[in-house]
Amino acid sequence: MDPARKRRIRLVVALSAALLLAAGLAYTSFNASSEAVTPTQLLASTATGRTFQLTGKVVDGSIVHRRDGISFKVRDRVGTTAVPVNYSGTIPDPFRDGREIIITVRKHGAGYTGERDTLITKCPSKFSDTPAPTPGTPA
Amino acid sequence: MATIGQACLLIALGLCVYGAGASIHGGRTGQEAWIVSGRRALFAVAGVVVVAFILLESAFLRSDFHYTVVATHSSTTTPWYYRLAAMWSSQEGSLLLWLTLLSVWSSVALLVIGRRMRDVVPYATAVLLGFGAFFSALLIFTAQPFTRVAVAASEGIGLNPLLRHPSMMIHPVMLYSGYTLFTVPFAFAIGALIVRRVDSEWIRATRFYTLGAWLALSIGVLLGARWSYAELGWGGYWAWDPVENASLLPWLTGTAFLHSAMVQEKRGMLKVWNASLVLATGVLCIIGTFLVRSGILDSIHAFVQEGNTIAWAFTSLICVLIGTSVYLVVSRRGDALKSEASLDSALSREAMFLANNVVLVAIAFVVFWGTFFPLISEAVTGTKSAVGPPWFDRYIVPLALLLVLLTGIGPVISWRRSTLARLWLQLRGPVVVAAVVTVLALALTQAADNLKAVALFAAAAFSISIAVQELWRGTRARQAMTGSGPGRAFVTLIARNRRRYGGYLVHIGIAVMFVGVAASTAFQHSQDVRLRPGQSATVGGYTFLYAKPTARIGQRAGELERIELGSVIRVTRGRRYVTTLRPNRGYYPINAPAIGALTRYFEGESTSEIGLKAGAARDLWIAQRTDITSFTPIIKKGDRLFAKAAQAGLPARTQSLLLGQALRGLVARYVAEAPGAQFRILVSPMVFWLWIGAVLLVLGGLIAAWPTGGGLSGRARARVSARVARDVRAPATP
Amino acid sequence: MTLIIVIALVAIVALFVTHPLRRGVAARANLETEVRTADLSTAKEDKYREIRDAEMDRRTGKLSDADWRVLDRQLRAEAVEILHDLDELQPPADA
Repeated sequence: MDPARKRRIRLVVALSAALLLAAGLAYTSFNASSEAVTPTQLLASTATGRTFQLTGKVVDGSIVHRRDGISFKVRDRVGTTAVPVNYSGTIPDPFRDGREIIITVRKHGAGYTGERDTLITKCPSKFSDTPAPTPGTPA
Repeated sequence: MATIGQACLLIALGLCVYGAGASIHGGRTGQEAWIVSGRRALFAVAGVVVVAFILLESAFLRSDFHYTVVATHSSTTTPWYYRLAAMWSSQEGSLLLWLTLLSVWSSVALLVIGRRMRDVVPYATAVLLGFGAFFSALLIFTAQPFTRVAVAASEGIGLNPLLRHPSMMIHPVMLYSGYTLFTVPFAFAIGALIVRRVDSEWIRATRFYTLGAWLALSIGVLLGARWSYAELGWGGYWAWDPVENASLLPWLTGTAFLHSAMVQEKRGMLKVWNASLVLATGVLCIIGTFLVRSGILDSIHAFVQEGNTIAWAFTSLICVLIGTSVYLVVSRRGDALKSEASLDSALSREAMFLANNVVLVAIAFVVFWGTFFPLISEAVTGTKSAVGPPWFDRYIVPLALLLVLLTGIGPVISWRRSTLARLWLQLRGPVVVAAVVTVLALALTQAADNLKAVALFAAAAFSISIAVQELWRGTRARQAMTGSGPGRAFVTLIARNRRRYGGYLVHIGIAVMFVGVAASTAFQHSQDVRLRPGQSATVGGYTFLYAKPTARIGQRAGELERIELGSVIRVTRGRRYVTTLRPNRGYYPINAPAIGALTRYFEGESTSEIGLKAGAARDLWIAQRTDITSFTPIIKKGDRLFAKAAQAGLPARTQSLLLGQALRGLVARYVAEAPGAQFRILVSPMVFWLWIGAVLLVLGGLIAAWPTGGGLSGRARARVSARVARDVRAPATP
Repeated sequence: MTLIIVIALVAIVALFVTHPLRRGVAARANLETEVRTADLSTAKEDKYREIRDAEMDRRTGKLSDADWRVLDRQLRAEAVEILHDLDELQPPADA
């Protein structure tokens, strides 16, 4: 076999192996992924046992501290539909009422349970909408 | 001042457009005057952009709240060194930083390259100026840093307290330096492809920038990881977050390029591959900037809520870059990129480099796919889905294992061809070391529970012992050759082959880091627990006792910066005292008096200051989430009192005195009542070695990248050239 | 005041950038030769380095003596070829 032909064959074999692996990777990623949903979409979905990546805002005053974690409600970015979530694991520093969060959840009875350590709070780019003059400062 | 800054940006845009045109014209016609003029345009861009940069920084230092960007990202209570860094926490400031670094680094590159590569330089200049035009246009049309308001706010919003950490001052600068430095080899690759001169010259000319970019990017990524570990109340260092991944992608392809470039230098092979890698790296740098700056993917680092204009601009730029790159590589594939040699044997250094490249690119592909999966799945299935860390780990762990093994084998195999017997002579020592480490790990620790970790330990032991053996044998050979002492031989060995031995040190660093990662993820003990003073929790054999609460009001420049509510934690192991940790939670006031005079001191941002006792064997790590919900009624009551007082027209000075008293009272009450707090406790074995490995990696990178020298010494060169000269005179002798 | 500074800035930049055009730097001659010479010189340095590295590989045991002799001869032949090409381009005084 001449070397050029041999090289070509080697190249084709290597490329098809790479393609095969890439295809496998792509396939598993679709299986392992969790759908990104808003609270409204989450309520509409009936699939149980699957995980969802829930994005939304924390409902004001809904955060309750429990011994083994917290529970709170997540609402649509625009709208009032909200779902209750139980969660244990790290709570990011910026987490609080009204903040936008991402959390991986699974249906659990009537509510949803967040997977451990999946709660992410988006860094607010601004602390408040307008800088206001400060009142008196503590002496 | 703002007008001058704005003018600087406009001048920069004009210069970029002119300079790119002049350079291309000069390159096509060969007219030196136009080429020099184009080069000067780049230097001038650097000049005016630096002026704009200084103007904006001085506004931050002066806390000039006429500038919107200063008012929204800094405050008088922000320490001066964080005011400097506050600039690049803003969209506008960080784009200006990009442009500044780009123009400065590319000017340095052009100055150093000087008269070499005169056919390629004009096109490279044009590409660099093209990037400059893009970023200055963004700064002029969308993210204007010099926007001013007529009436200045009396106080700014302040730098996000999470970013008030030393590593966060350097991290963005390092990442952006890495990104912008990578545009230099990118630009030269484009230039070389255009003029069809794709030999190893462009690689040699830009090698310093490639190494520098790699080093800067490494430091940036590692600082980000360190920040995450030491500042975020999470205790992890890597989360496969899109923005982290974005900075890792060019690092991976850049690392691959550093290795495969050597094959091209030595053998004239892999030209298509190298050109493609460097082009991909350049594009990935832009994609990295884009991901951070556009907020297109959900990430913790969502710096901007919406960036439609910016997103469109970046998408167009990326499409243009990819289109151009693909066109150039494909059209030059037949002639300029033709390989000068072919792979002689699968048992050769070049084959190992190729394998290492395949693994690195495979890792890059996995990371890329996982990062962009939300966009991919939306395009394919219509629903946006995401993959989590377990998915990444499943692929990255075996690939990383393979990579560590290759860093071991690569250095000891000779160029062109080797034999199994030869290779075994080199490998038998390290294989024995790896085997001993495996047996010891299985026998002495609980490592048997986690075979992945054991495999990584073995691979790391293998790789490290090979690097050590290389240094040992090299020193011995040098001693035999020059007759000098071992110390001197060791130093000259490294000094004469800086790239090689710097690289080995990087290999050791990577292996040590993997040991730290494997041990701390596989054998970490963690617990989230709620404690009251006097209660304790036992984690990983250590007992953490909540000894007493602490409170402090932190002031800066006469203003309240933050209120710290923390605790003193006494750690014991059995009956032995180990250490005392002092975690706390800092509450930063929010600038919104409407929500209540007292409430505003607790409803702003808050951050955890962790308590950490680092050690070679294990880190003890604790973060506190203070719970002040029981104080809410008192705070609200205080709000109402102060609202009444303000209505009643109490003088501002009295009000502020009372407010200070009220806050001190609240803090004292916290210490007295000490409501429970939520703690996250980690006992992480050997995580310390992650940082040791990181330091070694940076050190190795510095040795390899340090400019000047690296060539043959005068004596060695004379010897080789004499031998070759003999052949020239008598070509027939074998 | 601001206007004056801006105008001055524009003027300085314009003068600096157009300086080579006004001076009329001569069109470059012999770019081909120059570039080719540069290429060959770096190729020569690369090859010398490769020869030295092969010696080092033999000393540290990565190459057997027999393998090294073959490789070294090959590398020297390649170096000679580069030197010949260089000679054709350059006046022999430089050799």
